[in-house]
Amino acid sequence: MTKKLTISALLVALAMIFSYVEVLIPFNFGIPGIKLGLANLVVVVALYLLDAKQALIISVVRILLVSFTFGNMAALLYSIAGGLLSFVVMVLCRKIKGLSTMGVSVAGGISHNIGQILVAVFVVKNLNLLFYLPVLMIAGIITGFLIGLVAGLIIPSVRKALQL
Amino acid sequence: MPKKKDFILIGVLLVIALVGLAVTRLLQHQSGASVTITVCGEVYGTYPLNQSREIEISDDKGYNKVVIENGSVHMEDADCPDQYCVQHAAIHSSHETIICLPHELVVEITGGEVSDVDVITQ
Repeated sequence: MTKKLTISALLVALAMIFSYVEVLIPFNFGIPGIKLGLANLVVVVALYLLDAKQALIISVVRILLVSFTFGNMAALLYSIAGGLLSFVVMVLCRKIKGLSTMGVSVAGGISHNIGQILVAVFVVKNLNLLFYLPVLMIAGIITGFLIGLVAGLIIPSVRKALQL
Repeated sequence: MPKKKDFILIGVLLVIALVGLAVTRLLQHQSGASVTITVCGEVYGTYPLNQSREIEISDDKGYNKVVIENGSVHMEDADCPDQYCVQHAAIHSSHETIICLPHELVVEITGGEVSDVDVITQ
């Protein structure tokens, strides 16, 4: 129990650092909403090393802490929407036999962007925002691919190091 | 390590995204004639795209400065925390939008078909 708690706390801290580092990298494609999603690496790792419940807590705590410290209240709604949809999709994908962290992470990346844009459409009441969807989907595939690749590489070593 | 099903999933999603991209590009092909600014779902104003002007919107949600010049629109300035709208590339094709989410403000290109008529009647 103590071990689980310690690992979760470590992962939350790591996710916060990742979110902060990401803010520092100027990453501007002229389209809002495209970012690497480094923090998602932590969520994917937690999903495989711990369990779904623990990963969900890490994800939600991370979003709340990051929004309160570096972000703003307007961003919180979008982060939560993207984070939760992506989490549910990743948990479901994890159950599919034959999918590795790569597929899980890509599905998560895409659904994160879809969740955010749906909230945005709802907030500004303008369906034309959906024109961003294909570009954001491609961005989600690329970032999800990279995150999934890294997760697949580090999970065995992290598991060994933490003696899980 | 990635398996066969991973690549099938990625392939299917990529095809969906590319088809979507082709469809949106096709719909955005024609250049627009006017700029509509919407705040909190209500139309704030509509302006012709071929006349340069600066529009300043200030309300309890915040401040935005929209600039129309050389047939395209961009967000010159805003006091929102994320600044995504200011970083957004200038837009000129129909259905393109610049959104300032914290201020619930949308700048949208509308009315692509009337642009030629406007030029002739001037």
